[in-house]
Amino acid sequence: MKQIIDFVIVEKQSFSRAALLKLKSSTPLPDIWGGQFVNVRVDGCDKAYLRRPISVHDVDYPNNTIDLLIQEKHEGTKTLCALSVGARVNIVLPLGNGFTMPEENDNVLLVGGGIGIAPLLYFAKTFRKDARPCVSTGVHFLLGGRTRDDLMLLDRFRAVGDVFVTTNDGSMGEKGFVTDHSLWNTMEINKIYACGPMPMMKAVAKKARERGIWCEVSLENQMACGIGACLCCVENTKEGNLCVCKEGPVFNIERLLW
Amino acid sequence: MVKTEIKLKGLTLKNPVMTASGTFGYGEEYADFVDLSELGGIIVKGTTLHHREGNPYPRMAETPMGMLNCVGLQNKGVDYFINTIYPRIRHFETNVIVNVSGSNIDDYVTAAARMDALDDIPAIELNVSCPNVKQGGMAFGVTCSGIEQVVKAVRDVYHKHMIVKLSPNVTNIAEIALAAEAAGADSVSLINTLLGMAIDAETRKPVLSMVTGGLSGACVKPVALRMVWQVAKAVKIPVIGLGGISSATDAVEFLLAGASAIQIGTANFIDPSISGKVAKGIVDYCERQGVKDVNELVGGMIL
Repeated sequence: MKQIIDFVIVEKQSFSRAALLKLKSSTPLPDIWGGQFVNVRVDGCDKAYLRRPISVHDVDYPNNTIDLLIQEKHEGTKTLCALSVGARVNIVLPLGNGFTMPEENDNVLLVGGGIGIAPLLYFAKTFRKDARPCVSTGVHFLLGGRTRDDLMLLDRFRAVGDVFVTTNDGSMGEKGFVTDHSLWNTMEINKIYACGPMPMMKAVAKKARERGIWCEVSLENQMACGIGACLCCVENTKEGNLCVCKEGPVFNIERLLW
Repeated sequence: MVKTEIKLKGLTLKNPVMTASGTFGYGEEYADFVDLSELGGIIVKGTTLHHREGNPYPRMAETPMGMLNCVGLQNKGVDYFINTIYPRIRHFETNVIVNVSGSNIDDYVTAAARMDALDDIPAIELNVSCPNVKQGGMAFGVTCSGIEQVVKAVRDVYHKHMIVKLSPNVTNIAEIALAAEAAGADSVSLINTLLGMAIDAETRKPVLSMVTGGLSGACVKPVALRMVWQVAKAVKIPVIGLGGISSATDAVEFLLAGASAIQIGTANFIDPSISGKVAKGIVDYCERQGVKDVNELVGGMIL
């Protein structure tokens, strides 16, 4: 069931153009599926009338907290990133469909670009019910950024799977885009999950198609309501215009026109 | 106990609060947040005779205290509504009202006649004011002759309560309302969205796929309030006010301006539970002001 909950920021970590907020819920958290998102009200910003959809980076049920990794993009997200510990944040959650769980013996590649790395961590942590790291079952993160500054919280990802990195300027990992990484030539993968800028996801989808690999991508079309009512965030798919907020944000690439 | 029941011709609302078409889905989307039985009515998505894919993405631009949209009446058509949606929502404990739109008179008439046959749909809202479709929509709603033509034609086949939703994109909205009344409307609702646009200065491109779109949200409230007042003075049929209502106080202002009932639109996006809060807040206002019947507020502005 979807809820509107007042959270309080209990921890905050700032990065060059982003912030990690740990938010404690005033009531027990609803079940959140990896790849789902939340819709955050922005208080005190004239330029943000609507809520901001943000993917869930991590969940801690015993402590009743969620982590949101937010990139400063425009005024609304800048306002959210400037909030301090103790601030109240009104959030609608959980929203959208989330990623499909892999099978027991799948060799999984989770590809994230820029802030698109955010939902991959929580999703990978849910592969095992006890949320233990599960490197042995084949969880691989391929994370890309323009520079090393875009690649935050890598230790969190390393605790869950193998981490491979690309940067456009070569300041960390292999130089180039995620689709240029050498692992594509060496690794046997049978499921890809991707989240990031549209050109990156299209390039990943193309690679997956060429190799016949099952692939899901998480879209972030601009939304107003977040719950499938306004029909603003539609993606034109093989089934017609579908709401990214309700039918997505996660789509198998076979449903998309790109 | 404050009496909240509102009687429109052949349509009884348990309170004056309804939700605006296109902002509340089919009600189901909001059932986690609002007890639908606490609302006077819900006006479901704009429905056309045939399936419509709507306009291309991007369909939305955020503006100061509001938003523009150019969704373009995306819906699966009357047959799909009747066969798939209606059975799921017909037993909601509130008035389920369908917003009906068309691109020509025949389509309006056929769609309205189909709705007339649905026992649990007590009213339709005739949308002659959508700014985002090339044919029909607003084209009918911006001239007296256009509105007369479509309202008369639908009146012949529709026998329950017919709300006519008016466009604010006209020179004199009272004249348009009078034309709707003369043609047989049981009530008018206003305002639909105000035509606007947004440009991205960096790319020098329009933000919306259709260049222009409809403005809604808190920013349109003063315009809507003024138009409701002008129309309520002109017509004898009830007026349903909407446009930027985001709180019980806003709703009361519309009642005082002459609206018999109100609709909540874009505010549903910011607080999905707002409609229920507004219904309760109107009662609180009445108790605080010693008002025993909400109807006493209608047109109660002190000049």
